Amino acid sequence: MSKVTSMHDAISTGVSDGDSIYLAGFTHLIPFAAGHEIIRQEKRDLELIRATPDLIYDQLIAAGCARKATFSWAGNPGVGSLPAFRRAAEDGIPTELELEEYTHFGLIAALDAGASNLPFAPLRGFIGSDLPEHNDNIARIESPFDDDYVYAVAPIQPDVAVIRAQRADDAGNAHLWGIQGEVKIAGLAADTVILSVEELCSEETIRSDPNRTVITSDDVDHVVHDPYGSHPSYAQGYYGRDNEAYIEWAEIASDVDRVEAWLDEWVYGVENRREYVEKLGAERLLDLQPEHSYATPIDMGAYR
Amino acid sequence: MNYTKSELMVVAAARELENDDSVLVGIGKPNLACNVAKRTHAPELKMVYESGTIGSNPSSPPLSIGDPVLASGAVSIEPMRNGFNYYLQAGRLDVGFLGGAQIDKYGNINSTVIGDYDDPTVRLPGSGGACEIAGHVDRTLMVTPHSERRFPEEVDFITSPGFVDGREGREELGLDGGPEAVITDLAVCRFDERGEMYVDTLHPNASREDVRAETGWEIEFADDLGTTPEPNEEELRLIREDLDPNEMYTDQAE
Repeated sequence: MSKVTSMHDAISTGVSDGDSIYLAGFTHLIPFAAGHEIIRQEKRDLELIRATPDLIYDQLIAAGCARKATFSWAGNPGVGSLPAFRRAAEDGIPTELELEEYTHFGLIAALDAGASNLPFAPLRGFIGSDLPEHNDNIARIESPFDDDYVYAVAPIQPDVAVIRAQRADDAGNAHLWGIQGEVKIAGLAADTVILSVEELCSEETIRSDPNRTVITSDDVDHVVHDPYGSHPSYAQGYYGRDNEAYIEWAEIASDVDRVEAWLDEWVYGVENRREYVEKLGAERLLDLQPEHSYATPIDMGAYR
Repeated sequence: MNYTKSELMVVAAARELENDDSVLVGIGKPNLACNVAKRTHAPELKMVYESGTIGSNPSSPPLSIGDPVLASGAVSIEPMRNGFNYYLQAGRLDVGFLGGAQIDKYGNINSTVIGDYDDPTVRLPGSGGACEIAGHVDRTLMVTPHSERRFPEEVDFITSPGFVDGREGREELGLDGGPEAVITDLAVCRFDERGEMYVDTLHPNASREDVRAETGWEIEFADDLGTTPEPNEEELRLIREDLDPNEMYTDQAE
């Protein structure tokens, strides 16, 4: 059964004020279009969960959508810090921002516990760090079998996850290649899953290469066909990171007035990702396009 | 040869790497250092990134640790959970690069907050992968400018453990390995049998006084204090022509 819908409808049906949401993707396939739609629909009091908040959470925080950030590295990758995140965390502007902080390994383990229906996940993490003193969802536990010890993290089960992939069929079986990050476990841990893709494909295409499937239709509630939905991050094989945008954001976001103007122009001022892409223009997108480099096909074999 | 401090830092870091090392790479100078090493004395060096790319072979300098050039041509790509679980935690990685706003005399690193955690003067990005990298690789390396602000006697917050309060402190926690070298714009520092940082070699043109002035405690100097070897022609050519032609991560001479 087709679950294909628009990003507008997926967000308005899937996301409510007060929800905890996980926009997945470790530097790759970040759901920027979904984040912008959440801002346009003026969702409020969200708990934003993400290992690397990146520009997208900086924009959600700047727009006043967030009450809490659960994270492990809040920076502008390769560029510097996140000015809006810092303003909220240091000075409560535009809203107070509660922080729940992990390491990457700790946060991913907590999501994995959530995805696996476990009461906690053990890891050799946080050892020697001051972080556990500041987060009640991190606790030291002794091994039941010898005198070793680990840290445990409580499960994280977001109300909503938005995940992206290169392609999916209309039921939500998705193929992802390149850096997988936490896409799968974020999807499996969340109650509601919005899947956004660069291309829709046939079920036959999915079935031709099942090892490439990152999530199956049973776990997906909405499918959105949103080309360039990860700009200014990237989609392996489709477009590269628009580094100019990452560098520009560092300047824009340091100034509250410029942030407002930017949101007016690039988020409130466009109706959807298609309009955003038109506004970016062909030249800028063509510059981000990589040369082709195809994987050698495998032979699954046709068995009788 | 003319060279700059940042070129010397990259080359000094490159020379810390051995041919059979698996290294968890960072962006910027660490990435340059690994690529210099791989193209000179350590062709078998295996570069692993926090994003889960194993055996990356980047065709151009990555803009982030999740850049597509790290994925294209890699030997393998692991989901994040597996990378941390099976590669880092299980001890499959030899060397890791760490960054941070502060490093103290036991090599503990702060990348979380300056000031009080609940009411910080400066809110820094946080651990990311750093805490577990610091805990689980054999040797950690840090490449950082030398300044009193960055080298306090004790960090405001331990994000990533060095020797904690000395080598025994780290051992009691059950952690192996530890800080190997801190490469600054003045010197290469290492750690003595107590786990305290000392100056092993001074860079050409840097003095003991320079280092003392920029360090927040009475740092000691090796009895046989040496001079950091200068970069050679090939290493400089690689940085300038191949790896960082646009001077994104290094200032370059000439």
